[in-house]
Amino acid sequence: VKIAVVGCGAVGSLFAANLSLLEDVEVWAFDLARSHVDAINRDGLRLSGAGEVVGRPRATSDAAELPPCDFGIVATKAMHTEPAIAATAHAFSDGCVATVQNGLGNEETLAQQVERVIRGTTFPAGKLREPGHVQWDVKGDTTFGPYDERTPFAEVEKLADACTRAGMPAKAVLDARGPQWRKVIFNASTNPIGALTGLTHGRLCERHDLRALVTGLVDEGKAVAAAQGIELDADPEELIDHAARKDVAYDHKASMLQDVEARRQTEIDYLNGGIVRFGAEHGVATPLNAAIQALVKGVEASWTQS
Amino acid sequence: VTRVVVAGAGSIGSLLAAHLARAADVTVLTRREEHAAALREHGLRVSGRSDFTAQLGATADPAALPADAELAILACKGTDLEPLAARLAGTLPAATVMTIQNGLGAEEIVAAHGGWPLLSAVTFMSGTRHGDAHVEYVLDTATWIGPYRGTTEEDARRVAALIEAGGLRAEAFPDLRPAQWSKLIFNATVNGVAALTGLPHDFHFAQTDELSDLGHLVRDLVDEGKAVAAAAGVAQHDDPWEMNVLATRRGHRHFPSMLEDVEARRPTELELINGALVREAQRLGVSVPLQTAVYRLVKAREASYSE
Repeated sequence: VKIAVVGCGAVGSLFAANLSLLEDVEVWAFDLARSHVDAINRDGLRLSGAGEVVGRPRATSDAAELPPCDFGIVATKAMHTEPAIAATAHAFSDGCVATVQNGLGNEETLAQQVERVIRGTTFPAGKLREPGHVQWDVKGDTTFGPYDERTPFAEVEKLADACTRAGMPAKAVLDARGPQWRKVIFNASTNPIGALTGLTHGRLCERHDLRALVTGLVDEGKAVAAAQGIELDADPEELIDHAARKDVAYDHKASMLQDVEARRQTEIDYLNGGIVRFGAEHGVATPLNAAIQALVKGVEASWTQS
Repeated sequence: VTRVVVAGAGSIGSLLAAHLARAADVTVLTRREEHAAALREHGLRVSGRSDFTAQLGATADPAALPADAELAILACKGTDLEPLAARLAGTLPAATVMTIQNGLGAEEIVAAHGGWPLLSAVTFMSGTRHGDAHVEYVLDTATWIGPYRGTTEEDARRVAALIEAGGLRAEAFPDLRPAQWSKLIFNATVNGVAALTGLPHDFHFAQTDELSDLGHLVRDLVDEGKAVAAAAGVAQHDDPWEMNVLATRRGHRHFPSMLEDVEARRPTELELINGALVREAQRLGVSVPLQTAVYRLVKAREASYSE
C-alpha cells in the first residue's frame, strides 16, 4: 500500500512517521518546507513526547515525484487545501484521499480535484519543534467515513486499519459527520474566544458571562448540525467543561490564540465561517458565529495596516 | 472675562483648556503637580488644526481653584470621573459643572458629590497628547451641549458660544439625550470592535462587500443600539451608522481610546459605554446579543492583562 501525506506539519508528521513503521506500507511525505523535507530524508522523521518514533517516509517538495498512491492523507491548514490537492491530485487518480484537517469544507474542496474522498476527524496534536522533529503532545482517535457514494467503504476500513496498526487508533464509520461537527463546534466556540480575549481555555470557562457566550455559539452550531440530520457523537458542552479542568487543558492557549499572537492567518473561515455557510444553506441563523468570524477577520486585517 | 476651570488635562481637556484660554480666564486642574508646573511654566501648546501656545493657570490642588469660577468642565476619562468629582466636593461654589465623558451616567456620578448646576456634553473632536504641555488637534468635529440639572438651553448656548469664541466647534441643544445616545451607540460599536480587532476606525468598519466583512457586524451592532434607544423613548439625533460611514471616509485613521487602552493594558471606559448600553437594554427588555458579546469579550480582554 502506498500512502502520501500531503502537508507534513505537526499532524501530518504524526501520520507519516507512524505509518512508515508498517512493513506493508510505503509512505510519502509531501511538504513545501524544503528544510523539513531535507531533514526527514537525511535523519528520518522524529516524534517525541507522547510517543518516541523515528519514521522513514520518503519526503519531497516536488509533487511530480509522488508515485500513484492508494491513499492520500491531507493535513495542511484548511486555507491551503486547494493548492495542495491541485498540485498532488495526479497521484490519487486511482486512490482515495482523506482529510484530517480542521474545519468544514475541506471534503468539498478535495472532491473538486479527486474522485474518492474520505471525511476524517483526528484528535492527536503536536507541534513542529525543528525541521524533521515533531513534538507529539497528545494521543487521540481518528474517525474516517466516506464523503459520498463514490468512496468504497472497504477502502475507508483499509485506511483505518493501517492507521490503527501504526499506533494511530482509527475507526471507519458510514457517517463521519458527527465527530467532525462535534470537533468543529468545540473549536469554533472556544478557539476564537481565546484569540479575541487572550485568555486560556480554563480562564475563559471560569468567567460565567463568557461561558454563556460560548454556549450561545455552541447552540448555533448544534442547530446547524441538526438541520442537516447530523447526530453529534458527544455533547460539545461536556467536552468544553472537561477540557477546562486543571488536570486537562486549563492552561491551554487555543491554537488560534497562538496564531494571533504570532500574526499567522487563522482557520476562522473554516470554523465559524463554515458554520455560518452551512447555516445559510439550511436556513439556520448564526448571528454570533458570524460576529465572531468578522471580529477575527478584523484582527487579521489589522496586521496589514500601516 | 469669564473664569473657567478645566479639570483633567488629557487630550480633550487640553484642547478645551488651551482654546478657551483665548476667550476666558482658564485654570487647569491636573492630577500631578509636575503637570501643573509644566503648564504654568511653558503654557499649553496646540499643533495640528490650530497652532498657538496658550497661557493659563494650573494647579493640582482643588482648594487652589478660583472660587469665583462660573464654569467647570470635567474632562477626565470616564474611569477617573468618580475620584475627580470626590476631589471637587465642597469647591467651586459659583460654578456650573459640565460633564463631557463618553457613555451614560457621568452626570449622576457628579451629582452625587455636590449641588452644582449641571450641563451635559458630548464631544466628537479628538486630539493626541505629545507630553504635558503639548496637544495636537486632530479632528475638529463639534462638542454638543445640553441642560441637565438646574440649567437651561440658554446656559448651554452661552457655553457653546464661549467654546466657539476660543476657536473650537460647539452646538447647544434643548435636550442632549438624542445626541448622547447617537454617540453612545457609535462608541459602543466602534470602540468595542476596534479594541477587539486592533483596527483603527478605518474603511473596514463600513465594508460590506463580502458576507464576513466587518461592516455587517458594525451595522448589526448599531441596529441593536437603536432598538434600545427606541425602547428608551429617545429619538436619534444622528444615525450612528451614517456617523460611522462618514468618519471612515475622512481618510484619517482614528485610534479609539478603547483600542489605545487595551493595547496599553489600561482599564477602558467599557462600563460607562458598552456596559451602560447593555444594562439599559436589560432594563428595557430589549435583546442585544451582539452588543452583549462585544461587552463580554472586551471585559474578558481586560481580565487577560493579568495573564
